Amino acid sequence: MELRSYIIRRLLLLIPVLFGVTLLIFGITMMFSPVERAALFVTSSRQMSDITAIIETYGLDQPFFVQYGTWIGQVFSGNLGWSKVVGMPVWDAIWAFLPATLELAIFATPIIIFMGIFLGTKAAAHKDRPLDHGTRVMAIFGWSLPTFWLGLILLMVFYGYFTGLLPPHRLSIQMDMVVNSASFIRYTHINTIDAILNLNGAVLLDALRHLVLPVITLSVTQVAFIMRLMRSSMLESLGKGYILTARAKGLAERVVVNKHARRNALIPVITVAGYVLAGMANGVVITETIFTYKGIGWWAWQSAVRLDIASVLGFALFNSVLFVLVNLVVDILYTRVDPRVRLGGTLQ
Amino acid sequence: MTDWKFMARQLVKNPLSLAGIIIITIFVVLAIFAPLIAPIPEGHRDPYMIPRDGYSATPQLPSEEHIFGTTEGQYDIFYGVIWGTRTAFHVGLVVIGVVLAVGIVLGSLAGYFGGVIDEVIMRITDIFLAFPALILAMAIVAALGPSLRSVMMALIVVSWPSYARLIRGDILQVREEDYIEASRGIGASNFRVIIRHALPNAIYPTLIMASLDIGAVVLSAAALSFLGLGAPEGSADWGQLTSFARNWIVGPPGNPLKYWYVVTIPGLFMLFFVLGWNLLGDAFRDILDPRLARR
Repeated sequence: MELRSYIIRRLLLLIPVLFGVTLLIFGITMMFSPVERAALFVTSSRQMSDITAIIETYGLDQPFFVQYGTWIGQVFSGNLGWSKVVGMPVWDAIWAFLPATLELAIFATPIIIFMGIFLGTKAAAHKDRPLDHGTRVMAIFGWSLPTFWLGLILLMVFYGYFTGLLPPHRLSIQMDMVVNSASFIRYTHINTIDAILNLNGAVLLDALRHLVLPVITLSVTQVAFIMRLMRSSMLESLGKGYILTARAKGLAERVVVNKHARRNALIPVITVAGYVLAGMANGVVITETIFTYKGIGWWAWQSAVRLDIASVLGFALFNSVLFVLVNLVVDILYTRVDPRVRLGGTLQ
Repeated sequence: MTDWKFMARQLVKNPLSLAGIIIITIFVVLAIFAPLIAPIPEGHRDPYMIPRDGYSATPQLPSEEHIFGTTEGQYDIFYGVIWGTRTAFHVGLVVIGVVLAVGIVLGSLAGYFGGVIDEVIMRITDIFLAFPALILAMAIVAALGPSLRSVMMALIVVSWPSYARLIRGDILQVREEDYIEASRGIGASNFRVIIRHALPNAIYPTLIMASLDIGAVVLSAAALSFLGLGAPEGSADWGQLTSFARNWIVGPPGNPLKYWYVVTIPGLFMLFFVLGWNLLGDAFRDILDPRLARR
């Protein structure tokens, strides 16, 4: 019951934050002329040609809070405006592009988590020895790499030097035709999963080939981030009394490190899941842009470059709501994982 | 100031932070002596725009005249990366400077006075922190119109909340100390207490860590410029220079790496710049970590 009241309290606290988020987003829109803002209310291409009527209908020359009220009403009814870049409502565009990005995330997330935790544990267990120095230098390098530049280098080598080995885009032209043909059922629009469900090995292989470089590009910084965190968390954990006890009773070092120390060291790492998601959201825009991988990040970039404000802000709003919700889930999970966290107190 | 001596000794002793110091020093030298290293051609007006040598669309290989070659549109890469060092320092110093100023003012107000002021300022930071930073920055740049100025403003808007929070936390820690009580007791004004007593005792670690964020700021700015939202085409900016590479990743058949210099050189400058700051930051994190005792 304690948990339920905690969740309710956290959900209530979300309301002012999300109110502020929408206010901020709308504040940014108000820097535009009424004509440009009209795109926020349009839901079809037919309406697009009748801008003056829209300005009148939605009162785009009214005071700030009146306009905010109109806009937020539209947002709640699922209208985020019109995306000029792809010629469909923003909300539809988000759903159309999301599966591609989800596919990237499905592959990148386990790599980030397992590589980060594995390397961090190894570094801490070998503190101040060559393995530790090596992984640390690697982490600082990974952390300092300009992601967009890494993507270009990878393409130069694996697409240029090894001609066409790991190409950009989501699928090759032939496989794209297969996927869009009538005999191929698109259950999820996630190519690899659809290929498995359709028992089509050629599409699966092609999709994987196109995923390798973007997934690497997206993961490197995050692996470095988790690794660094895991290392310091492990070091703290290894200094605790129960580790001394475990060693004193003659347990193998492997057992001490992997069981006693790592389990406790994982707790703080869980709390940064939200930051990893934010890092991926940032990274997705850059990664998808470099590889012309048409997901939600690519669409956001296209929209930003063409100053398609309704799309950019719809994208930002979508991301912030996602980010806030993930952080909420993480905090709730945290109370489950770590029994020391008392629900009554402030969770800071 | 044994603290500073201790810190300096630790930094020089550690090969990683020493490497960081050397790298940053080299970049400072490059920035200061840019006009000597890459002279501005006669009659060229804006030194932060890269001079062009013709208008041919194909990048030219490194030669005696252009030691790092040219990009499409014949922008000299060497000139671009050298003067780009100045752009990087400019962006990093201005953004971190403004963000720290805002963070110190709002953070100490929130931490020192607490109550409603604290609540209001912290709820505002919550709103900004509810966005993935680069995405909010992208939206702001799109709204302000793409330019390096917009990029800097956007980065300031998205970064101040975390610094305000850190400084608030620092102030909270010292607020109840005896010397704060004492100075209030002898009638010092709130302003004086904050400026003379609370801040100097609270914020040095935050200040140091913040100044080392220059690398991260420059990286974000470069990313936005690369995406075509920052510095205009032809400016001496590493991110912008890298965006020229997008069309030249693959060379002609038989020579796939022909345009390697367009792709790699600006990125290497960026990598080493950021690496320098991060090496230093990593060492400081260890030095300032209270859990790792001094020996």
